[in-house]
Amino acid sequence: MAVIPSKQELDDALIARHGAELHARLSQATVAICGLGGLGSNIAIALARAGVGHLHLIDFDRVDISNLNRQQYFVRQLGLFKTEALRDNLKEIAPYLQVTTSTVRVTEENIPTLLAEPDIICEAFDKAEAKAMLVNAVLKHFPDKWLVSGNGMAGKGSANLIRTRRLGRHFIICGDGVSDVEASGTLFSARVMACAAHEALAVIQIIAGDFENVNIKE
Amino acid sequence: MVTINGKQIPAEGKTLADYLAEAGYDLKRIAVELNGDIVPKATFAEVILKEGDVLEIVSFVGGG
Repeated sequence: MAVIPSKQELDDALIARHGAELHARLSQATVAICGLGGLGSNIAIALARAGVGHLHLIDFDRVDISNLNRQQYFVRQLGLFKTEALRDNLKEIAPYLQVTTSTVRVTEENIPTLLAEPDIICEAFDKAEAKAMLVNAVLKHFPDKWLVSGNGMAGKGSANLIRTRRLGRHFIICGDGVSDVEASGTLFSARVMACAAHEALAVIQIIAGDFENVNIKE
Repeated sequence: MVTINGKQIPAEGKTLADYLAEAGYDLKRIAVELNGDIVPKATFAEVILKEGDVLEIVSFVGGG
């Protein structure tokens, strides 16, 4: 077993890659991830690797055999809560990452308290109704927080169709917008990861301040 | 004309609720932005579309 590097060593490696200013912004950020399936587990890993300081992982469910095709869990974790399994996996990548877990179902009722803390919220559910519920509730209760949503990544159509669009002042939506798992029947890790990567990159751009001076819709 | 998801549609004068119903949207799967701001679902019947409005209707699909 390798010796776990010190926090300073890991920070230095990220500062060498990103510069001190961007690293400071990333390390001070708090991001909530709602849903820890194919989107959420991949978003979390990308953000942990980037040096985001604090992740709030939210999911009520346990790791199931049907998740292994696209979600970042291992066979030995079958049956564990996704919140706890993903926290453990993230700690192997970023041992000093601060992780908060909420093993609850996200509802219209608990959103105002559950999501009060983070600056940025990632919608990473799989059901269309749940996506719409979360997006509507966040835009209503927290219009000043950033919201990044994933919409349309089922099937095996070209990953080039998956794109990032800014819709509202603080609302960004990623995906092809149309590929429904109910219609295509398939979900491949390769395509779900592409959408998760769009969401994670949008979060990094938000933290970096890249959107602050952009008023036009893209 | 109202710009709805990038297309010019003669929907001015209609309520948002009426337009969404006519166009066949499932209200449980959408989020609606009018001129850059989210429209709360509870107000769909009260919002009247005006000439020059820009409406974005996001239809969510399953998968994640």
